[in-house]
Amino acid sequence: MPALRGVDLTVKRGEFVAVMGASGSGKSTLMNILGCLDVPTEGTYDLDGERVNGLSRDALADIRNRKIGFVFQGFNLLPRTSAVENVELPLLYDRSRRPRSTRGLALEALARVGLADRAQHLPNELSGGQQQRVAIARALVTRPTLLLADEPTGNLDSRTSLEVMALFQELNQQGLTIVLVTHEPDIARYTHRIVGVRDGRVIRDVPLPERRDAAADLQSSQPVLEE
Amino acid sequence: MRALVLVKVAWQSILRNTLRTLLTVLGIIIGVGAVIVMVAVGLGAKERIHQQIQNLGTNMIVLTAGAATQGGVSQGAQTFNRLTVADAEALRRESTLLAAVSPVIVAPGNVIGGAGNWRTHTQGVATDYQTIRDWPVSSGAFFDATDVRHARKVAVLGATVAKVLFPDQDPVGQEIQIRNVPFQVVGVLTAKGQTAGGSDQDDVVLAPYTTVQTRLAGRQFIPQILAATASPADIPAAMEEIRAIMREQHHLASWEEDDFTVRNQEDLAQAAERTTEVMTVLLAAIASISLLVGGIGIMNIMLVSVTERTREIGIRLAVGAHSRDVMIQFLVESTVLALIGGAIGVGAGFLSARVVARLTGWETVISPPTVVLALAFSAAVGIFFGFYPARKAANLNPIEALRYE
Ligand SMILES: Nc1ncnc2c1ncn2[C@@H]1O[C@H](COP(=O)(O)OP(=O)(O)O)[C@@H](O)[C@H]1O
Ligand SMILES: [Mg+2]
Repeated sequence: MPALRGVDLTVKRGEFVAVMGASGSGKSTLMNILGCLDVPTEGTYDLDGERVNGLSRDALADIRNRKIGFVFQGFNLLPRTSAVENVELPLLYDRSRRPRSTRGLALEALARVGLADRAQHLPNELSGGQQQRVAIARALVTRPTLLLADEPTGNLDSRTSLEVMALFQELNQQGLTIVLVTHEPDIARYTHRIVGVRDGRVIRDVPLPERRDAAADLQSSQPVLEE
Repeated sequence: MRALVLVKVAWQSILRNTLRTLLTVLGIIIGVGAVIVMVAVGLGAKERIHQQIQNLGTNMIVLTAGAATQGGVSQGAQTFNRLTVADAEALRRESTLLAAVSPVIVAPGNVIGGAGNWRTHTQGVATDYQTIRDWPVSSGAFFDATDVRHARKVAVLGATVAKVLFPDQDPVGQEIQIRNVPFQVVGVLTAKGQTAGGSDQDDVVLAPYTTVQTRLAGRQFIPQILAATASPADIPAAMEEIRAIMREQHHLASWEEDDFTVRNQEDLAQAAERTTEVMTVLLAAIASISLLVGGIGIMNIMLVSVTERTREIGIRLAVGAHSRDVMIQFLVESTVLALIGGAIGVGAGFLSARVVARLTGWETVISPPTVVLALAFSAAVGIFFGFYPARKAANLNPIEALRYE
């Protein structure tokens, strides 16, 4: 049985989309296709005006490298490798770039997620939220067209989740297109559009007129959490 | 990816498991160590043989009875002894290129005199023998042509015989008995030491061949006739000339093979080296097996490493690594691993060669090309045995690799 059937989805530049659905409904499979980690057995996928179907393994790797940033539920940082070296990783595989100052770009990306002072720390010396921000910095460092986050807050407590969502909102306001998988309605409220998936089909695709501001919620919840 | 980054990643991964790394490269260490010792001992032996052959005398040609065996030279394996004093005399008479010719008549037996008696070989030779062997006397003089012509009972002692029979006095002028025939000692030879085969060259008594032939009753044989040219350039032509004269001397028809063998020093050196080849082959076998075992060890540990780091590979593929990048990363790792083994092996080889030199008294020679070759070989083992695990890593599916627990 196919994991996805009859999915017809368009994500515009600058959008912030939440994909929602029960476990096993096909959310990750959809993200893998959007992220060029997987190719659909049927149908087509165009990314940034380019037809992805039929491309070679290495051509897909180049697209992932230049146009896509991944953020995973489990962070997926290289162990025993410093934060800045983790962020630098995609730049080392960028064939179009001269290998000049990859370190500087990685430090810039770390600064963007507020971790400039943690550059030399190893993943196991960082909190979950910090690890996820390192992962986001890694996703940003190549200045991708599309940022894909598969349950990025799944392993985080509610306050840290809010911090991550505030960061996503900030990046989105700067023009980054984001597709995010979550099964928490509280998290989806911070996006612009909700795509509901069940049994491999899109059953709902609605804009969210009443979006919440994660940064503001973070401010208002602070006294409660600090008590 | 930049080479430096690759080596750094490989290095970090190796450092993570120092003990495992050491155990893995043990085979390579033993293999490379064996190669280093083997070559060191082999080169030492070769050098020693060359020195000893040179020691036999310069420009020497050796004529022995019996045909050369297929693919090599038979050493004293003559089927039928057909060298005669007449052969030596014919060579001296008819040759134009030979500066010196001497038969060697061997008469084994007891020599009595001075401090007692000593079992040795008396050799009947011509005065030319001294020139051919380039063998000066340390005391007295070599017998001369008149002694040979008149078959006088005079003898020259090798250093060993002189020391045994006359430990506290100069033997020159003393009388000795060879097979109960009295001889007067006229000279003592300088010490030459052992031959390549390990026998004592100084354990000998030399007498005029005419005397040995006519005065000493009992067993005698002529194992060789020695000759020498005036210059090394004449040697090939002289060898041909000896063949021609000997074929005539032995009445060989044109379809008959030579019933004698003519060799120069180079041939002798090669024959001697062949005996060390057995040892070389044996050590080479040990080295190959160790390297094979070491290579399989590396393959095994790299397969473990690939499995352990499946998720890392998934991450690298997800952020844009090509299959080739992953492949190269793991090949670099296995090569660095093998090179570490190689380097330790070179060090161990050095030490072992020294120990071998100490224990056996053999010369050992460490040559820089050997070290380079050994390291290159280790790297080759790393690449060869790292290939399968590296390809396995490179062909992983990124989604499955990311999901791997
Ligand atoms: N490697 C796989 N092999 C077979 N079935 C799979 C594989 N990965 C996912 N599936 C199936 O595809 C469907 C969708 O999975 P997935 O996209 O991971 O769901 P979600 O992320 O929404 O929980 C599920 O029914 C799952 O069992
Ligand atoms: Mg999922």
